Amino acid sequence: MKKVVSKKNRGLTKSGPLLLIALPGIVYLIINNYIPMFGVFLAFKDYSYVKGIFGSDWNGFDNFKYLFRQDALLIVRNTILYNLAFIVIGTVCAILVAILMCELGERFRVKIFQSSLLLPNLLSWVVIGFIGYAFLNADTGFINKTIIRLFGGNEVAWYTTPKPWPFILLLVYLWKNVGYSSIIYMASIAGIDKSIFEAAKIDGAKKIEQIRYITIPMLKPTVVILTLMAVGRIFYSDFGLFYQVPMNSGALYDVTQTIDTYVYHGLMELKDIGMAAAAALYQSVVGFVLVVTANAVVRKIDRENALF
Amino acid sequence: MFKQTDEKRFRIFSTVFLCLLTIIALLPIILIVIASFTDEKSLLSYGYSYFPKAWSFNAYIYLINQSKLILRAYGVTVFVTAVGTVTSVLVTTMLAYPMSRKNFKYRNLLSFFVFFTMLFNGGIVSSYMMWTNIFKIKNTIWALIIPNYLVTGFNVFLVRNYYSNNVPDAIIESAQIDGATEMRIFWKIIIPLSVPTIATISLFTALCYWNDWLNGLYYITKSELFGIQNLLIKIMNNVQFLKSGSSNYLGVGNMNLPGTSVRMAMAVIGILPIVIIYPFVQKYFIKGVIVGAVKG
Repeated sequence: MKKVVSKKNRGLTKSGPLLLIALPGIVYLIINNYIPMFGVFLAFKDYSYVKGIFGSDWNGFDNFKYLFRQDALLIVRNTILYNLAFIVIGTVCAILVAILMCELGERFRVKIFQSSLLLPNLLSWVVIGFIGYAFLNADTGFINKTIIRLFGGNEVAWYTTPKPWPFILLLVYLWKNVGYSSIIYMASIAGIDKSIFEAAKIDGAKKIEQIRYITIPMLKPTVVILTLMAVGRIFYSDFGLFYQVPMNSGALYDVTQTIDTYVYHGLMELKDIGMAAAAALYQSVVGFVLVVTANAVVRKIDRENALF
Repeated sequence: MFKQTDEKRFRIFSTVFLCLLTIIALLPIILIVIASFTDEKSLLSYGYSYFPKAWSFNAYIYLINQSKLILRAYGVTVFVTAVGTVTSVLVTTMLAYPMSRKNFKYRNLLSFFVFFTMLFNGGIVSSYMMWTNIFKIKNTIWALIIPNYLVTGFNVFLVRNYYSNNVPDAIIESAQIDGATEMRIFWKIIIPLSVPTIATISLFTALCYWNDWLNGLYYITKSELFGIQNLLIKIMNNVQFLKSGSSNYLGVGNMNLPGTSVRMAMAVIGILPIVIIYPFVQKYFIKGVIVGAVKG
């Protein structure tokens, strides 16, 4: 029956006008997204500003050879390790917040807490960099001048001391993102059938047991899918976090440099176009493979939630 | 009886714990607000503090005297946010609508065309080279609007899914039978039906433009075109930059620059609009996050 209707209707639906409506978007994506895909050939060139994009000499895999001899290990290690920490710790914190939030019961309180926890997510990395500066700068920072004075110990020149930075970056990441990611888990908890909890209550299950044996197992599909998606993006880092928060301090590069900041330095500061392009292409290709793989796994687990 | 107290105890624990988290979330923001009202001398000798020894409005007075520079940056950001958001919403809905039409011949092709942009990208280097060398976008206001954010696959799919779930085929078919053109159907039927999804993507897009500093970092070197975020970056690197805007004002240029507190006052000015608007749009924001996460 349905088929008949749509067949009849196809006569009325002409492709031309619909394509015309979509045209501005199509043109934009071709320019903004597709043309640069062909620009990856820059990674195989010895770019010279005089000779230009097309005139520069080809140099085969030299850029890649250089990249892998020099910095690839460090930037890939940093990118992946930070992302792993963010995925694991971020997920645990987000679920914890979501569970507690759902136990509040009262909507007004939920709203207040949720708004406050979400607020950091709305700030730009630039502003967060400023906030970090208020805490960390050596001469007037809150940590050096108040915390360390209060508890004793020596002042630290934070922006030139690499050691604490993995911890600082993790903290800043959690501060900005936990409120945001807990929203999704709250939505999945809200979707759990209430009668299951009621039944458990009647059977004498305590709150903590209900969480342990109902809420958490019920969240598993959401966790698995969000984690896989995040793993698919493990080769990409949040440029703002690694550029603005450490104030682009050279002394910290060993622990703050990720693929994205590395590409930025190559492109804008060192003007080494070939190398930046090589790193970017490496990121795109591995990123692509990872996304497709992650999606294939998601598809296997739960077709509904697969991207494609 | 027992269950009652167990539940109550858990509720109290949740409230206390979340109160603590809320304080942790807000304290850093409060610190810069307080710092912006702290007397410069007190700041320099005792550092940033929640309980400053001396309060002062000097940072803001200074900024008001420099208002030309700040208003200009605000103007750039407001313009970019407004034009960017309106254009983005228009182009995004126009692209998403045909993708939602079940009997559109190129529906799947178009969906894949959009989807592929979410899977693979040429990287910032080639897109930077394209925008600067071919489109000569460097140091124009368009550099802040056009690259990267105008149409994102994420938003397109958000809107397409909304249309697929909320616009019944029957409405479109009856309009077609009445002889309405596709353009007319889009404007008169689809757009009025899509207010909730337009609210959501407008919010995401506006926030994205307001907070963006990357396009400015890559494409803008002229200070007249700095938006508020890029002005902040400039001031963090060189607080003296603030003085440059004032050299034409007699006397103001010679005023002592309260460098430390003024930085924080600038940051406060940068987040003020968000904090003011946020309570009114929070609902849409949260809805959008949920919809987007489930199927983005």
